[in-house]
Amino acid sequence: MLARRTTTSVPRAVRTTTPVDDLLAARTQMAVSLGFHIVFAEIGIALPLMMVVAEWRGRRSNDPELLALARRWARGTAILFAVGAVSGTVLSFELGLLWPRFMEFAGPLIGLPFSLEGFAFFTEAIFLGVYLYGWDRVSPRMHIAAGVVVALSGAASAVFVVMVNAWMNGPVGYELAADGTLIGVDPIAAMGSPTAFAQIVHQLLAAYAATGLAVAGIHALLMLRGAKAAFHRHALSTALLIGAPAAVLLPVSGDLNARVVARTQPVKLAAMEGQWETERGAPLRIGGWPDESTETTRWALEIPNALSLLAFHDPQATVRGLKEFPRDERPPVAIVHFAFQVMVGLGTIAALVSLWAGWVAWRRRDLTGNRRLLQALALVTPFGFIATEAGWVVTEVGRQPWVVQGLLRTSDAVTPMPGLVVPMLLFTVLYIGLGAVVVVLIAAMVRETRDATRMAGTAEHRAVSASAQ
Amino acid sequence: MDAASLPLVHAMVIAIALNAYVLTGGADFGGGVWDLLASGPRREQQRETVAKAIGPIWEANHVWLILVVVVLFTAFPPAFAAISIVLHVPLTLLLLGIVLRGAAFVFRSYGSPADAAQRRWGRVFAIASVVTPVFLGICVGAIVSGAVGERLALVRSGAAGFAAVYVRPWLAPFPLAVGALTLALFAFLAAVYLTLEAKDAEVREDFRRRALAAAAVAAVTALLGVVAGRWGAPRLQAALLSSAGGILLLLAAALALATAAWCLWTRRWALARVAAAALVSLVLWGWVYAQNPMLVPPALDVHQAASPPATLRLLLWALIGGAVILAPSLLYLYRLFSPTAPRR
Repeated sequence: MLARRTTTSVPRAVRTTTPVDDLLAARTQMAVSLGFHIVFAEIGIALPLMMVVAEWRGRRSNDPELLALARRWARGTAILFAVGAVSGTVLSFELGLLWPRFMEFAGPLIGLPFSLEGFAFFTEAIFLGVYLYGWDRVSPRMHIAAGVVVALSGAASAVFVVMVNAWMNGPVGYELAADGTLIGVDPIAAMGSPTAFAQIVHQLLAAYAATGLAVAGIHALLMLRGAKAAFHRHALSTALLIGAPAAVLLPVSGDLNARVVARTQPVKLAAMEGQWETERGAPLRIGGWPDESTETTRWALEIPNALSLLAFHDPQATVRGLKEFPRDERPPVAIVHFAFQVMVGLGTIAALVSLWAGWVAWRRRDLTGNRRLLQALALVTPFGFIATEAGWVVTEVGRQPWVVQGLLRTSDAVTPMPGLVVPMLLFTVLYIGLGAVVVVLIAAMVRETRDATRMAGTAEHRAVSASAQ
Repeated sequence: MDAASLPLVHAMVIAIALNAYVLTGGADFGGGVWDLLASGPRREQQRETVAKAIGPIWEANHVWLILVVVVLFTAFPPAFAAISIVLHVPLTLLLLGIVLRGAAFVFRSYGSPADAAQRRWGRVFAIASVVTPVFLGICVGAIVSGAVGERLALVRSGAAGFAAVYVRPWLAPFPLAVGALTLALFAFLAAVYLTLEAKDAEVREDFRRRALAAAAVAAVTALLGVVAGRWGAPRLQAALLSSAGGILLLLAAALALATAAWCLWTRRWALARVAAAALVSLVLWGWVYAQNPMLVPPALDVHQAASPPATLRLLLWALIGGAVILAPSLLYLYRLFSPTAPRR
């Protein structure tokens, strides 16, 4: 046996000074990694659902077009899921590589949902293998079941990961010892942060809306460019079936989030709204530029009492302003305010287009015959993903300077290793490269679909999509 | 279960998950090695056999590594922090390898069928498959050698230079030897598995020759590790050579290697696979045995690094619940895509 030497353990949550450049590099690397991963994570949640709905409809109505669609979406899922899986691996390591003191501090509390996420991810990977490679090995019923498991475990992964983020925004389930470490940890209670429910619902809806509308938009564009096949009608209706209701519900879950933030993270709300003064009957600001030097928000369109109404459902409620908080506890206001405007703006447009599509479908009109609607759908193709990125900027930058709200500062969580700009640049270049390759590959798949459907002969089309397998 | 034994249980869980990872995910990397080294008249058939074998399962196999990381940071947060700080550089290189291997594999499988694109992504896949196991082994070697644990005091004081804390612990003969051994073992494992995956008798013979060669290389790198370990990891060697259990494990590993080689020689494919898997597992458990109860020797043992009992208890329940779902699902996956499974 090894000689047991009693040596000192790594210091828990020691306060050290880290050069600002290293902290900024670590934050940038984390932002790049999360910003990259979340696109693939959202697609990994929603695209399997779409492909399994298409397959189910296809098998039920014995429609080869729908089955061909399921196979095409499965091919897209294969690439996008793999990139999501490897970029997710990077994140699980980066928690330690960049924020070892955060993990040391919070690991006992947030490790449990991460472990559950690990199992959900395991299930997802196993049954995606069955789905992608099992077309001719399992029964149709089993094949659809495998797809359903992929879709469900993808959603479960998101639930667990967002639980961790919710804990960072509203930490619960512990007591604080005199030396600043956590005692009396209760990991179950930590999974039920007051922000958890609203955040989870919002993220799940965002995944379905962003992916559904993006896929619908691509097929709308193909139809505008002359592809006429039944294939695209099926694609559009299936994608909208999942994306449109989610997009319409997002403002509702957004309202819920805003009210939770108002209660649990008033300084984040103030930054989102560019609210400097504590005020009764605060106005809602649309646009504008918060200036940190003069502590004012200029050029905003102000709607009287609307912020109080939205945040507290009371037009006379008091909203706390940024000036109430010390400067070193305020997030970068301009970024948070701007990102919030982008999210709400794009989300609103996407919701309106979705309502329109729903109206047309409800009136039993053919969605694909309405050229203006197709144009609108093509326009909003990227809106969901841009809004997702903006929303995470609001959540994460809005929590600064804390990594765990009120408990641990980001600057105290970062690794002591110097030269962090090097790995940051490395991963940035890697992800730009990977992102470019994925775009080229997906574009090639879309072109292939376009050419196949332009031929319009169903038999030829089937031959093409079968040979693509 | 009493609170004192919980940390040991979780350390065992990590070892078991690592064992599963090297036997499955490790072999997938080994497959990439044989893609890179594919040669002779049946070069493309060899590559096809590799791609077919790992296609449906590599993503599931890869999750074992994530499970290792997650259980480590949940059950032993200070150990995770210490390893992540000191081994930042090789872990980052490991991640680059993981990303490029996985991405290139799907880009080749689902991207353009044009020759140039296939060659390009095949090359990236193969090279990343070689580099990644080396860095995985380097990280393990650096932890075992005690170099990571010894640097922790320096990290805290912040007095030492960059190279002393962040480079020298892993860029040393012993970790490099463990890196080479890891690569050789993964390649060996893959070649043995591939003899069972190959549909064609000649391709099977190709992998048989490769498996035998890899076994020889593994034996040489293991000896290199022993030599480097005399200076680089004296505690590990002492622990293995000075106890009956350690010597028994070493003998068992030698026996497994000999059995695997004999089975390959006499073309007993299924038995060769069992022996090869036993060899790789025994090497891993030899490390676990020698390092027990240290997580980051000589600084952190399982008790010092353990999370509070409340966390460990819940994690155990989560692991049991996860295993109940996982075991049948994995079995189903492997049976469905085993070379002998029927197609509809």
